[in-house]
Amino acid sequence: MKRIAVVSTKNCVSCGCCEKACPKNAIAVYRGIYANVNQELCIGCGLCVKACPADIISLKEVDMVG
Amino acid sequence: MAKKKNWYDYLWVASVFYLILGFFNILFAWLGLICFLVPLIMSISGGEKGYCNRYCGRGQLLSIVGKRFSKNLPIPKWIFSKTFRYGFLVFFLLMFSQMLFSTYLVFADAKSLKETVTLLWSFSLPWSFASSSAPVADWLKQFAFGFYGVMLTSTLLGLITMLLFRPRTWCVYCPMGTMTQLICKAKYKE
Repeated sequence: MKRIAVVSTKNCVSCGCCEKACPKNAIAVYRGIYANVNQELCIGCGLCVKACPADIISLKEVDMVG
Repeated sequence: MAKKKNWYDYLWVASVFYLILGFFNILFAWLGLICFLVPLIMSISGGEKGYCNRYCGRGQLLSIVGKRFSKNLPIPKWIFSKTFRYGFLVFFLLMFSQMLFSTYLVFADAKSLKETVTLLWSFSLPWSFASSSAPVADWLKQFAFGFYGVMLTSTLLGLITMLLFRPRTWCVYCPMGTMTQLICKAKYKE
């Protein structure tokens, strides 16, 4: 089990606050529309969750297969 | 772990200077057009939301001031609802057009120059102390007064919501942000 950040993309305003907060460059605004998490790089630290002004990022436990 | 700072991480200084300059010579208000044109040009020409994500000095300023003064409470859900964000954009554009129309009236000699700055679309503040004696047409000055009002009003709203909610609450309903996101959505048909 691993914790990763999950973005509610339909509510994302693509401000990029999460991008600035991420220590691993694991989250980035995709095509100016919503923030996208790179599951491989995300360490689930939650800094983006704190940085998001709209509170639309949350941490989720996921099974990492492979 | 702090990230290495880039030159553009200091653009908040420019935002502060902009607000100060408007108290000395209103013609500096024209510089604010940079904050309107650059994000639009960027989003249209492939830079997507690069302006919001990297260069927006106001966003940086709200982050910095907010670190100390924001209550840092969750924002009400309606602020990031599409209805409010798009509604605020439309309202903002209407008010902006009205400002352009006032500029036009001065240009067409139908009205004389009014040296006031309108705050929150309703309060006219006397601003002749910053009037410019430069030999330029009155409509150029009228636009400056009007535009500075737009900038001051949006800064004020940004600061109020920064205090009440998250530091960068403004980014959620910023009309420029909404507009550039819409452009990106249209470009990639999402």
